[in-house]
Amino acid sequence: MANQAHAHAETLALREQFDTAEQQKDASTLGMWIFLITEIMFFGGMFLMYTVYRDTYFPVFALASSSLNAVIGAINTAVLLCSSFTMVLAVRAAQLGQRNAIIIFLILTLILGIAFLGVKAYEWNEKFQEHHVPGPTFHLEGTGEQGQAQLFFSLYFAMTGLHALHMVVGCGMLIWLLVESRKGRFTAEYMTPVDIGGLYWHFVDIIWIFLFPLLYLIDRHLGK
Amino acid sequence: MSEHVDSIKTYGGIWLLLLVLTGVTTAVAFVDLGAFSVVVALAIAVVKMLLVALFFMHVRHSTRLTKLVVLGGLLWLAILLTFTLADVWTRGLIGTPGR
Repeated sequence: MANQAHAHAETLALREQFDTAEQQKDASTLGMWIFLITEIMFFGGMFLMYTVYRDTYFPVFALASSSLNAVIGAINTAVLLCSSFTMVLAVRAAQLGQRNAIIIFLILTLILGIAFLGVKAYEWNEKFQEHHVPGPTFHLEGTGEQGQAQLFFSLYFAMTGLHALHMVVGCGMLIWLLVESRKGRFTAEYMTPVDIGGLYWHFVDIIWIFLFPLLYLIDRHLGK
Repeated sequence: MSEHVDSIKTYGGIWLLLLVLTGVTTAVAFVDLGAFSVVVALAIAVVKMLLVALFFMHVRHSTRLTKLVVLGGLLWLAILLTFTLADVWTRGLIGTPGR
């Protein structure tokens, strides 16, 4: 084993500390999942906080939740799901070693990711115009409990903001993957960064899959 | 390498299913189901999560170790949610002041 390792130059597809390329790939995948689990716990704490406060200040949270624009939220969910689809096609192209297809699908994913952030920016801007941003000028119509309403919007901005931050990091990652694919670094034998990047992108998608109904939808039928 | 490559058809089908479920969950939100609104919304979200994780994130082709780690992560999340909510939601029952 040791002789073999010295005989061959170390490659990206198989570094010295691994026996096989498959073992190396499995180690990378497992490592990424461990990271994603820390992220699940991180976002899980926020979801828990939202659940507890929604329970405690129920009528006001339902009213505030209903003031969000559900149609825009649904459209943005669709945009993000499309980006996950193009991302998985980029990973597939990488598995097959189709360099041009990787680049095309990564570009499409990046465009959809930026589109999501654009819609998010439009929504946040709306909140500023409607005085729904926590602070001295905050006002939500239809309730005397402005403090509780501000709590909802604090959580709204914290959770969607943190999610958007993950999207920004994801877009940076896509740009790096694009640069590397243009150099022809990814082949059917070695495409781990594309694969691992895909895991991250889909994870951020899953977070939104839960944020959308919890923030926008579950109290919609009560708030009118 | 034992890399498993799924067909574009499979991915396309999952993608369409995810879009349909998004439409359904949005439409159902405007119907008054009472307390079931939360249940339906979360059930649909969990189905979407499973579709993304199993197909797009390739969990169904992953090693047993990776599957175990994913399940373990969800288990820890369940502990976080269950124990905290078991506390918060039962405080009223025993008359403890200050929720």
